[in-house]
Amino acid sequence: MTALAYTEPAPKVIAGLKDDWELVIGMEVHAQVASKSKLFSGASTAFGAEPNSNVSLVDAAMPGMLPVINEFCVEQAVRTGLGLKAEINLRSVFDRKNYFYPDLPQGYQISQYKHPVVGEGEVLVDMEPGVGRRVRIERIHLEQDAGKSIHDMDPAMSFVDLNRTGVALMEIVSRPDIRGPEEAAEYVRKLRQILRYLGTCDGNMQEGSLRADVNVSVCRRGAYEKYRETGDFSHLGTRCEIKNMNSMRFIQQAIEFEARRQIAIIEDGGTVDQETRLYDPVKGETRSMRSKEEAHDYRYFPDPDLLPLEFSQAWVDGIGASLPELPDDKKARFVKDYGVTEYDASVLTADVEHADFFEAVAKGRDGKQAANWVINELFGRLNKESTPVSESPVSAAQLGGVIDLIAKGDISGKIAKDLFEILWTEGGDPAEVVEARGMKQVTDTGAIEAAVDEVLAANPDKVEQAKAKPSMAGWFVGQVMKATQGKANPQAVQALVKQKLGVE
Amino acid sequence: MDELSSMTIAEARDRLRARDVTSREITEACLSEIESASALNAVVTSTPDKALEMADAADAALAAGDAPALAGIPLGVKDVFCTEGVRSQAASAILEDFTPTYESTVTAKLWDAGAVHLGKLNMDEFAMGSSTEHTCYGACVSPWRRAGDTAPITAGGSSGGSAAAVAAGLCLGATGTDTGGSIRQPAAFTGTTGIKPTYGRCSRWGIIAYASSLDQAGPIARSVRDCAILLGAMAGHDPKDSTSADLAVPDFEAALTEDLRGKRIGLPKEYGEGLGAEMQATWDKGAEMLRDAGAEVVEISLPHTKYALPAYYIIAPAEASSNLARYDGVRYGYRAELAQGDGIVEMYERTRAEGFGKEVQRRVLVGAYVLSAGYYDAYYLRAQRVRTLIKRDFEAAFEGVDAILAPATPGPAFGLGEMEGDPVQMYLQDVFTVTLNLAGLPGLSVPVTLASNGLPLGLQIIGKAWDEAGILGVGHALEARAGFTAKPERWW
Repeated sequence: MTALAYTEPAPKVIAGLKDDWELVIGMEVHAQVASKSKLFSGASTAFGAEPNSNVSLVDAAMPGMLPVINEFCVEQAVRTGLGLKAEINLRSVFDRKNYFYPDLPQGYQISQYKHPVVGEGEVLVDMEPGVGRRVRIERIHLEQDAGKSIHDMDPAMSFVDLNRTGVALMEIVSRPDIRGPEEAAEYVRKLRQILRYLGTCDGNMQEGSLRADVNVSVCRRGAYEKYRETGDFSHLGTRCEIKNMNSMRFIQQAIEFEARRQIAIIEDGGTVDQETRLYDPVKGETRSMRSKEEAHDYRYFPDPDLLPLEFSQAWVDGIGASLPELPDDKKARFVKDYGVTEYDASVLTADVEHADFFEAVAKGRDGKQAANWVINELFGRLNKESTPVSESPVSAAQLGGVIDLIAKGDISGKIAKDLFEILWTEGGDPAEVVEARGMKQVTDTGAIEAAVDEVLAANPDKVEQAKAKPSMAGWFVGQVMKATQGKANPQAVQALVKQKLGVE
Repeated sequence: MDELSSMTIAEARDRLRARDVTSREITEACLSEIESASALNAVVTSTPDKALEMADAADAALAAGDAPALAGIPLGVKDVFCTEGVRSQAASAILEDFTPTYESTVTAKLWDAGAVHLGKLNMDEFAMGSSTEHTCYGACVSPWRRAGDTAPITAGGSSGGSAAAVAAGLCLGATGTDTGGSIRQPAAFTGTTGIKPTYGRCSRWGIIAYASSLDQAGPIARSVRDCAILLGAMAGHDPKDSTSADLAVPDFEAALTEDLRGKRIGLPKEYGEGLGAEMQATWDKGAEMLRDAGAEVVEISLPHTKYALPAYYIIAPAEASSNLARYDGVRYGYRAELAQGDGIVEMYERTRAEGFGKEVQRRVLVGAYVLSAGYYDAYYLRAQRVRTLIKRDFEAAFEGVDAILAPATPGPAFGLGEMEGDPVQMYLQDVFTVTLNLAGLPGLSVPVTLASNGLPLGLQIIGKAWDEAGILGVGHALEARAGFTAKPERWW
């Protein structure tokens, strides 16, 4: 597989009143593990259930209850690690992160602190053809999600829903390698794409399956390069963490706002306080949630109820062998094998279903033409009608049939669009529809000639004009096509018209 | 004491099978003894209806000839075990009237084996304590008294209720848990026998946690044989407890022997440092008995022993501070009355201040402290290193010996209230027992003699991991030679 070559994009620069500022962004993405049951209990993870219906004795932290690891969730984390080309730690440890909150029944979250299951990896964030940022992944660890506190249902009471409590999350921690709001959004998009390819997270941001904490700082030109050379964070500015973002758009807006806020403080002679902030999408601003001084002391220590996670290299290799083709490889292969542009390859590989659909259409056909039809006609239409590709009214076989009819010269491109419309609304076999509805292109020169003669005879004045002005020939071609309901082979019509008019 | 309720389990088992007595008769005898023993405050929740129903079922099974191992044997259960439909609150006010919808694995196994549930037994709150004085039910009183004295004596702790109930003939045996000595010390204080098995031998599922890496369930009974019988029923792998070992449970009773020829028994010299003369004499006597049974007795060294107690009092509270975080007044148990305008923080603070007793609060605070940023390395991490060293001490020692004989306690039981105001003095009670919990090893406490003040003294046999059968064998030989038959004189 020949990988595509990329150059690094320039970092986003914001001009302050006194100086130019660059952005430095690191992310912690919480991805809900695609699993039917929770990380340490057998309770269901189904979204949208009645409050407190998916809660086991373990989730509710009843006295004497003990967690038991869900091995499938571990496998999913390992699969994710392999998908991010990360090192897999054959031994990792679950720790308790202690804090009090009503939606945290145990009084601690089981997480991985010092010894995560996945170590260093990398994500290529492709910004545009040939331009991509390689974002280093620091680690991925498994942890429990908390429940939900509801404070607005009653003036005096708060309510707690424990359905989410104990659901498995992968926290994917990046290095501060993201250099702008657009890159941040693209990073999340790319991560989501890979997770969906792997089947380890459904990536549904509305349902909270994917949330991001965003660390933002600003620095002057050159400082970031010094950090990369030395690994010394003191070259970078003080960071603020924006918690719990679940929309790409808000991530961009929040970073933009936060960077400008920090620049204003620094240029005003102040210093940025390290703190946790929340983004308010209504006001379009971030606001302080808690300062560094108010930060919890989580009193991490190894969870004595659980043994360390230990597995063999052979087990990891087995998972590695079952990995699907990932977006970067698929994209490179599409460019190479089907001759499509990198841009089109990106569109076609956005997710597995779309890519599979394209491949089914392109197999044994012209790749570029297949890409055109799949992207412009099919995806365009699906998008317009908000229909998922899995429910496309036109199947890959049908669309392939349309392309075959064009290739054989049975129909023109224009007729093909009509045919596509019929297939979309009424269905049917493309060749049969063309036959039954007499849509087949007329290639019989005799019939075309008759039609041309008829049009010429009906318009003697225009014939005279055309002889003086050869560009008028197009008008006759149009008339003939109209008379033949578009079925005449346009090239043949053009040739005959020109010949009969005596123009070249 | 009623003759029926004072039988050993082995004896009752034989008589039940011989149809010489019914479970109903034994159970009724126990229930009547419980009724008249309120002065001991050993039984905190009695379940007579349940007990009689179970006894009748056992009698039916016995009559049908397909009775399981413990059919018809009435037992008491430490309040720390969750028992379905029966109040289980680990002697804590914060679990006020908590009635589980589930049954702990260990008690479920006992009921499956045909045992009869008499009720729940007093203990130190959340198993934190060595005297069963720190309990929401009020202190448990030992059936024993010092010779010529009526001052109330402790039955030990935290399984004090279990030990008192067995010693006073309220039940034939009882479950206990041992985190730092909570089975062995009360057994030694009350002239009963108790075994803490290897960590992982019994499931912890359904046992209200104190310190997860140290807690182990085990029995307190009237003989080594009874301990072997009960442990056989309680032990076994449980997929619901990740730390329970997937190992076959040997036939412990079959391993009992009085012949120790070919066995080497170690006496750790560090355990003698500062030991009182009376306990030292008892220990020497025990060693002599083992020699008499054919064992070779040798001195060994466990050099890190002196660090065990401080390490224990860091690790156990650290785990406890986290394990007890779930008692927050949100979902079950006690919730403090709140004033207008109080929020969640006030609810936590008041609920936990009012619901937890002083000793529990002390340990939660210590635990939170040793885990906090800046102190973790100096306390928790260092204590874990000590733990590793203590494990290694034992591993090295067991290369040369089959078992270790040691005192179970520094001396006989103390009076109620005597340790009040000096928690460290109380903690020192655990000096000989905590090392095993840190190393995860099994220990058996066997009564050997009476002290000059008329109170029992016990010795402890320590074994290699998973060698409960070995220490039960040594204990059986010791028991046979010690011939300890003293019973408390009835005053209650």
